Amino acid sequence: MTGDVNASVEAIFREERGRLLAALVRRFGDLDLAEEVTSEAIEAALVHWPADGVPASPGAWLMTTARRRAVDRLRRDRTYAARLALLQVEVDRTGPPVFEGTLPDERLRLFFTFAHPALPEADRGALTLRYLAGLTTAEVARAYLVPVETMAKRLVRAKKKISVARIPFRVPEPHELPARLPGVLQAIYSIFTEGYAASAGPDLVRHDLAEEALRLARILHRLLPGEREATGLLALMLLTHARRAARTGPDGGLVLLEDQDRSRWDRAMIDEGEPLVVTALTGGPPGPYGVQAAIAALHDEEPTDWPQIVSLYDVLRSLAPSPVVDLNRAVAVAMRDGPEAGLALLDALAGEPRLRGLHVYPAARGELLRRLGRPAEAAGAFREALELVGSEPERRHLLARLADVTR
Amino acid sequence: MKYMLLIHGASDACTPQEWGDYDKSLRDAGVHVDGNPLGEPSLSTAVHISADGEKVVTDGPYAEAREVLGGYYIIDVPDLDAATDWAARCPGARHGGSMVVRPIIEYT
Repeated sequence: MTGDVNASVEAIFREERGRLLAALVRRFGDLDLAEEVTSEAIEAALVHWPADGVPASPGAWLMTTARRRAVDRLRRDRTYAARLALLQVEVDRTGPPVFEGTLPDERLRLFFTFAHPALPEADRGALTLRYLAGLTTAEVARAYLVPVETMAKRLVRAKKKISVARIPFRVPEPHELPARLPGVLQAIYSIFTEGYAASAGPDLVRHDLAEEALRLARILHRLLPGEREATGLLALMLLTHARRAARTGPDGGLVLLEDQDRSRWDRAMIDEGEPLVVTALTGGPPGPYGVQAAIAALHDEEPTDWPQIVSLYDVLRSLAPSPVVDLNRAVAVAMRDGPEAGLALLDALAGEPRLRGLHVYPAARGELLRRLGRPAEAAGAFREALELVGSEPERRHLLARLADVTR
Repeated sequence: MKYMLLIHGASDACTPQEWGDYDKSLRDAGVHVDGNPLGEPSLSTAVHISADGEKVVTDGPYAEAREVLGGYYIIDVPDLDAATDWAARCPGARHGGSMVVRPIIEYT
């Protein structure tokens, strides 16, 4: 019985922590205080709920407890209170939300604060994971493969800038959104790609991380239902994540799209993502996330429509040019017109500084050379890719390919 | 909340009229605290106390033209977004110049 209560308490915390923190930041204007009393309220719940049962409105219970702790803290610490009083005036002027039972959702402000252009890009995803997804500092450190102390220092530094330089907790005005929303989307997508491309480690996909990113994208989509790029981002992640189970074979190696077992694709996720792509691409010029979502949707179809994928990469290239897009387009061209055409495009990217150090470039070249029946050159490219690859499944795949061309 | 807006590498293309208009807009908005142009780098003098406790005065330093601190404003606004909005309106942000916004730390 106690175990059940604990499990449901855990689930509630995961969901409520970010909301609670955001509401407290809104109320007191201070991230440190909000963080402190959020933790205290959760600790109190861990003591009371297993004994008294989970309250009817857990969010309200936590909020009331946290607010009481915050007021106590401010009574005890006059200097702190005086510093906050300054902020308080401004919070009040913009009209504080009245708290009556249901928690107002103030998380959108935090999404924008954590993705503020005045913060280092590398810290934005970390702040979002820590405070909106509610991960512990140790979990965030694991996500970015850095020591806990390093991550703790980065978070402290970022929080100090928010507080001392006073980066506001506010949702940008509609006219500012086009400049600010991409930063928020990028912060979430960086979490997804970190989990997905798994730059190092034993797994191809770190599912927990990809799923945290999905959870954040869902929240953002709910908060900004009319923003097509937020819809596009959610669709892109759903339609990519839908193929996760089929991307690794029984031997733990990467499985390329054409060899994937379609029955292992997540139908429910595809069904959820497809209508979102339509929404993302309707009612205005397409954005880069909408187009990438459409490309992902075509990858989820059988047979794969390579000509259509190539044209979408052309659109993407005009919206958000990058050598990585060129690389993906070259692979799609190879699938449409044959390996020779793709290889010519890849060779044109040789020496591109932004592809240097990425295993995907030599891996793609090796694959096309293999298909062209040029095993010696293919082996060279696979060896080059093996020097750069981080994740174990991709390494296995490349080793198998290398064995195949050197047989 | 006070911020210093540091004006780096301001271009000669900015007219006195533009500077005057900007200065007036800060005052009209009630955010102006202070602000001055600084003498050119060749007029600057460096001072430090040497290891043996002597006052040492030298000519310079000379920064790269685009990094020269040419002047500053101190403004009082609610938050960083408001401060960067004012920095963006400054003539010093245009024609290849750039602004740096730094919070002023007040000890109470």
